[in-house]
Amino acid sequence: MNLSYLLDPAHWELGAPYSIPTLILAHLGYTVLALLIGTVVALPIGLYIGHTGRGSFLAINAGNAGRSLPTLGLLMLLVTLLGLGLLPVLIALTVLVIPPILTSTYAGMRSLDHRVVDAARGMGMRSWQVLTRVELPMALPVLMGGFRSAALQVVATATVAAAVGLSGLGRLLIDGLAVNDYSRVLAGAIVVAVLAVLVDLFLSLVQRWIVSPGLKGTD
Amino acid sequence: MIEYLRNNADTVWLALQEHVYLALLPVLFGFLIALPIGYLGVRFPALYHPLINTCGVLYSIPSLALFVFLPVVLGTKVLSPVNVVVALTIYTVALLARTVADGLRSVDPVVVQAATAMGYRRVRRLTGVELPMALPVILAGLRVATVSNISLVSVGALIGIGGLGQLFTRGFQLFYIEPILVGIVLSVLLAGLADLIIVLVQRAVTPWTRAV
Repeated sequence: MNLSYLLDPAHWELGAPYSIPTLILAHLGYTVLALLIGTVVALPIGLYIGHTGRGSFLAINAGNAGRSLPTLGLLMLLVTLLGLGLLPVLIALTVLVIPPILTSTYAGMRSLDHRVVDAARGMGMRSWQVLTRVELPMALPVLMGGFRSAALQVVATATVAAAVGLSGLGRLLIDGLAVNDYSRVLAGAIVVAVLAVLVDLFLSLVQRWIVSPGLKGTD
Repeated sequence: MIEYLRNNADTVWLALQEHVYLALLPVLFGFLIALPIGYLGVRFPALYHPLINTCGVLYSIPSLALFVFLPVVLGTKVLSPVNVVVALTIYTVALLARTVADGLRSVDPVVVQAATAMGYRRVRRLTGVELPMALPVILAGLRVATVSNISLVSVGALIGIGGLGQLFTRGFQLFYIEPILVGIVLSVLLAGLADLIIVLVQRAVTPWTRAV
């Protein structure tokens, strides 16, 4: 195993173009933006479907439909249609994260004990209060599970941005392959894998922090 | 799209065939490897959590990274389809070992006790009672693994392997939308068809789930 590219301090220079930190930042940038847009789109829809029970067909089937769409193909299609830029990458990655977030929000809402929701109503909570104070907090463990798997998928898939000439850690893989610099390819593979593990670790801490202590031990 | 298909029928057909075996061989291998691993996770409860965590880490390795990392480990050529098959097998095992364990754990202990009381020994009880009862959960996992494998295979095109993904890279290089569209449509149809087949098999082999 040739780790020379990964361990060369010149490739770790902060702010330098194509240095590993710069690529990590770009990679995280795509990831965070896609997750943000995806959450803004999918969370309200999932909450609405879970709260009202209307349109559950959509929530159940979104998962499989989303998984079957090849992101690389979608990205290349969008670039061909819209031209190069950040927009096609963001659309392709957002399409990837919407199904898991939507499905897990719905599943989390459905998994609640119905008696708790009834009790909240009985205490005089309005529909909106039931949703934000009871249903959403109780659905959080399942929801975060979906969010974490969405985040992992985006970190992994954001490598394809490099295939259409953009930045991110995919650059190391694509450029390394193009010039037969295997040590660069390996550096890319290792950094992406480590980044994915770190992102998941970070989100598990976030989950521990935002999930109500009363729900601990149930997951 | 139709015109592209007509003019390039041979290329598309070859890519589709390659896509099918690159995606489905790993499902088969992965399923066969995940069964005993998942069983061990249930038989020895101390192994359950380490098993779940290892699967989680394996699943978080990006596919493109795994495709290019495997030649180093296996000593295969970078362009060898073996890398894609092994990588997707790893994902399938990571996904299914957990589902097998969870499926076996979901079997009602009363049913297992009843089988024991009827004189079923461990192996016969496992194959005759526990595994069939766990099938709905296991097959649900198999559906996820199959569909995501079919869409992951195309990423292999970035390293020069990978069925329908080659239509994507070709269309992209020529800035020509037709092959990309054909590739996406065929990939989604293939995933839908494979999913449908598993659902039908599931109905056929677990008739009791409809009776309840």
